Amino acid sequence: MSTVTSNDQQGVTTPGERAKIKARTLRSDRWWIQPAVIVGALIAFIIYSTWRAFENAYYYSEPLISPFYAPCLASSCIDGSSSFTPIGSWWILSPALIILVFPLGFRMTCYYYRKSYYRSFWLSPPACAVSDSHKRYTGETRAPLILQNSHRWFFFAGLVFNVILTYDALIAFRNSEGEWGHMSVGTVVLLANATFLWMYSLSCHTARHVVGGRLKHFSAHPIRYRAWTYMSKLNAKHPRYAWISLVGVAMTDLYVRQVASGSITNFYFF
Amino acid sequence: MGLKRNFRVWRGNSEGEGALKDYEVDVLEGEVVLDVIFRIQATQATDLAVRWNCKAGKCGSCSVEINGKPTLMCMTRMNTFEENETITVTPLRTFPVTRDLVTDVSFNYAKAREVPAFTPPVGLEPGDYRMSQEDVSRSQEFRKCIECFLCQDTCHVIRDHEENKTNFAGPRVLMRVAELEMHPLDTLDRTRMAQEELGLGYCNITKCCTESCPEHIQITDNALIPLKERVVDVKYDPVKWLGNKIRVRSSND
Repeated sequence: MSTVTSNDQQGVTTPGERAKIKARTLRSDRWWIQPAVIVGALIAFIIYSTWRAFENAYYYSEPLISPFYAPCLASSCIDGSSSFTPIGSWWILSPALIILVFPLGFRMTCYYYRKSYYRSFWLSPPACAVSDSHKRYTGETRAPLILQNSHRWFFFAGLVFNVILTYDALIAFRNSEGEWGHMSVGTVVLLANATFLWMYSLSCHTARHVVGGRLKHFSAHPIRYRAWTYMSKLNAKHPRYAWISLVGVAMTDLYVRQVASGSITNFYFF
Repeated sequence: MGLKRNFRVWRGNSEGEGALKDYEVDVLEGEVVLDVIFRIQATQATDLAVRWNCKAGKCGSCSVEINGKPTLMCMTRMNTFEENETITVTPLRTFPVTRDLVTDVSFNYAKAREVPAFTPPVGLEPGDYRMSQEDVSRSQEFRKCIECFLCQDTCHVIRDHEENKTNFAGPRVLMRVAELEMHPLDTLDRTRMAQEELGLGYCNITKCCTESCPEHIQITDNALIPLKERVVDVKYDPVKWLGNKIRVRSSND
C-alpha cells in the first residue's frame, strides 16, 4: 500500500469576513451545567483519591484489599496484603503511589475523559458553539498533548490491573481466617468493582480498534468482525462505564477502608 | 393567523458588518423556522438573503445558527421553543458571510479536494470484486452526510481560530479520509497525510461535530477516533510499526 500526500490547498483561504457578532455565544440554554457537574465530580474524585493514596493505612483487612493499593509492591505493605514485593524496603512513601500512575494514565488518555476535561477544565471549548477564549490552539499536535497517543500502552497496562483486581475479588471468597468457601458483602463489592473495570476497558475505543476496527476486510475476518460488532455496542456506552467504574473504585476503596479501620463489620452471607 | 413570535435575524453585508434585527411574525401550527423566515421575507424584509433548497433535511443548504446552535432551519420545529422565547437566527460563524444568513462555504470544498480520491487496484474490472455488506456498513454511515457543514461550523479548531484553516481540514473531510481507509479495495494509505497535512492532531474529540450532525452520524466515535487509532498504528506504536516492517501484518487486511 502506498502512502500519499494531499493534493494542493488552492482555495482554502476564502476572501471575505465572518459576520461580526460580538457575543461569545448566542446559546440561550444552560450549556454550562454539564461542564460544571463534571468539574465537581472529577475534583471530588481527585481529592478523595489523593487523600487515600497518601494516607497509607486501612487498605487491607483479610481477605479484602483496596483497589488503590493493589497490587501492593513494597516491603512496607501491611502484613498479608501482598506476597510479591519487588520494590523492597527503600520505598518509604505510600505503596499506592507506585501503581496509581497506570490507571491514572489510562483514564487521563481515555478518549471520553479527554472530551470531558478539555471541555470542563480547559474550556476548549466549554460547550459546542461557545467560544474557547484561547488565543492559540494547537490541539494534540505537539508536546505535551501529543502524549495522548500513548493511550494504547495504558490500555494494556489497565488490562493487567483488571486481572489483578479480578484475582483479588476471587480470593475474597474466603473468611478472615483465610478459609475458602465464604462470601461477604466485601466479596460482592470487589466483584462488582472488577466487573465495572472490565466493562470500562472492553468498551474502550482502543480495544475496539485492536480487536477489529483496524481491518479493511471485515468479510475476510468473520470472528474479529463479530468481536468488533459486540465491542462497538459496548463502546457506545463507554462514557457510562467510565463514570460507573470511577465511582465504583472509590466506593470499593471506601468500603475496604471502613472495614479495615473497624468502622463497620464485613457481613458474611456464608 | 397563528401566534405572534419574536425573531431576531442577522442582517449584514459581505464585509461582516451588520446587526440583529427584530421581527414580530405570525407562526402557524406545525411550522419550522424556515417557514417563518420565508414569512419574514415575504412580508417584512423582501431583501432578506437565505439559502435553502429541499426543505426536507436532505440538501444541507439551510444551515444557520438558531439561538447560537448550528442547525438546519428546515428541521427545527417551532414547537421546540417556549411561546415567549425570542428566536435568534444568525449565519454560520466559521465561514465568510455573503449576505444576511448566507455564507460562503467554499473552504469545505477546497479542503475536500486535498484528499486523494478512491484508488482501486490496478487492473480491477467492474464485477471482479463482490462487496460484502459487512465491508461497506461503516462507509454507509458516513455516506449519509448531506454536506450541510454544521460539523465544520461548530468545530472550535477553526470556529475560534481562523489561522488553523490552513492546517486543519475539519471533521467532514477527515470522515471522508476514514471512509476511504476503511474501504476494502482502496490501495492508498492516507493515515500519515491525515495527521501531518489534514490536521487530525488538532481534533481534541470534544464531539461537537457529532452533536451537531442532523444525520446523527457518529463522526467522532466511528470516524475520527478510528482514524486517530490508525495514526497511532503507523506513528506511535513501535510494536505495530515493527510488525508492519517485517510483514507479520498485512497492510491490506
